[in-house]
Amino acid sequence: MGVVIQGVPVVRGRAQGLTLVTNEPISFWGGFDHHTGEITDRRHPLSGQKATGRILVVPFTRGSSTTTAVLLEAIRSGTAPAAIITTSVDSFFALASIVADEMYAKSIPIIALDSSSFSSLQTGMELEIMEDGSIHVRTDIN
Amino acid sequence: MTLNLTTRDQAMQAGEYGPAVKMAMRVLVRMAEVYKAAELMDISAAHIDSTIYIGEAGLEFAERLAELGAQVAVPSTVNVSGLDEFHWQEWAVPEDWARNAYRQMVAYQNMGCIPTWTCAPYQTDMRPQFGQQIAWGESNAIVFANSVIGARTERYPDLLDICCAITGRVPAVGLHLTENRAGDILINLEDVPVTLQNDDSFYPVFGHLIGKIAQDRIPVIDGFKVKPTEDQFKAFGAAAASSGTVALFHIAGITPEAQTIEAAFQGKSPVEIVDITMSDLWDARRDLTTADGQQLDMVVLGSPHFSLAEFKELSPRLQGNHVHPGVQFLVTSSRSMMLLAEKAGYLESLQAFGGRVTVDTCILATPMLPPEIKTLMTNSAKYAYYAPGLLGTEVTFGSLDDCVRSAIAGRIVRDDSLWEL
Repeated sequence: MGVVIQGVPVVRGRAQGLTLVTNEPISFWGGFDHHTGEITDRRHPLSGQKATGRILVVPFTRGSSTTTAVLLEAIRSGTAPAAIITTSVDSFFALASIVADEMYAKSIPIIALDSSSFSSLQTGMELEIMEDGSIHVRTDIN
Repeated sequence: MTLNLTTRDQAMQAGEYGPAVKMAMRVLVRMAEVYKAAELMDISAAHIDSTIYIGEAGLEFAERLAELGAQVAVPSTVNVSGLDEFHWQEWAVPEDWARNAYRQMVAYQNMGCIPTWTCAPYQTDMRPQFGQQIAWGESNAIVFANSVIGARTERYPDLLDICCAITGRVPAVGLHLTENRAGDILINLEDVPVTLQNDDSFYPVFGHLIGKIAQDRIPVIDGFKVKPTEDQFKAFGAAAASSGTVALFHIAGITPEAQTIEAAFQGKSPVEIVDITMSDLWDARRDLTTADGQQLDMVVLGSPHFSLAEFKELSPRLQGNHVHPGVQFLVTSSRSMMLLAEKAGYLESLQAFGGRVTVDTCILATPMLPPEIKTLMTNSAKYAYYAPGLLGTEVTFGSLDDCVRSAIAGRIVRDDSLWEL
């Protein structure tokens, strides 16, 4: 049995994947290409990384109101992250997943963590997210 | 916390006000639960950012609401669209994009929105009033409405703004409530000379820096030796809302909820105090530039949309000059502001200079730039911030004077003297 972290399920769902972690907030508008799933903000530490299918771990959104619309496009077309984990409840990500659920019956889990649990996550960990917001870490935390 | 809905809210949710209201209310209630709201509250205006065409999903969402008969319940302005319907054929906009972006414009107009098509709705007749409860999208508009006017809006994302407009309701949380409008951190500007504070290019750079420092906290700024103009506030807020999550700032002695520092903090103590140095500002200004040479393909002004006052500032700088043949010169604004600029004679000098205007959208929201445009210059921190990621172009930030001089010279010309230590 690996470590289990209890998160707050902002939008419930199940997902599994490898983490992509950053401490830098992000705007999906101008920062994420929903055609390719790539992080395109050239000033962001994750610039050039592909987020599709990954569990994106980012403190919160910054910048544009259009982040929601970009994530909705990505969920519709299958280029979105498998799930998103934030430090506090991020309404921009949550709304995209809720509207995707209402429109397409397709949503991704959005989980909020306290800052110490958040900082225990590193890029490349394999996580499984459960309906109740619990996060099962399938790799060792060093 | 459980959400308490009024009888009318419940009726809207149950579909008694029609299927469009039901769809909007379903999304709104789910979001109210995300925000942990105890109740919903009334708004008296909205600004809809969902109008920007991004792709199929946003269009399907808009058209579904419109087909279900959605009508906005409060006066609702619209943000930029994905199309300048008057000039798009002069640019590289693909026809299928134009068709889809136009369909999205029609959907929102059919819902009863007022066709302002601008990211600066606070510079229209629909400017809100102090204390007015509103649901605004568009990061720069949100921060201006809250900070400079003292109207009250949360930081609304696309798709939720229209749900609020259709129902006339918002979750009673965040910046709608007095107690959440207190400052968090104190920013001291004492060491920044008045000559720089008087310069237009100070505001986007300072905003870019404040966004990075404040992140999602409310900054209170002390030490202003001048009273910024509306357009300076606009440039500052847009920058801070791009590099950070700033939806409200206070300027001691200047903005309406900050008669004093104590008032801005509502009697609390700042959690952090930051002294701004010239070296911080130098670094922030440098961070806005990604280009490393003198190559220049286009000078672009107007993010947020150019105001009449900005057209007036620009006009005399262009007279008697002409843009270099290797450079394009573009101003982005709204259809109504362009008409005012035309009546005032400012458009004539822009055209004589060889410049053009794009209305109702901007270079970031419509794919208008041909691939040969690889290097931009701008006085807008918002353009400088987003262009590399959205357009793949390199960008140089400069003052309005730098931009005009560079457009004439055909290469980057910048005056660094105000910024040197």
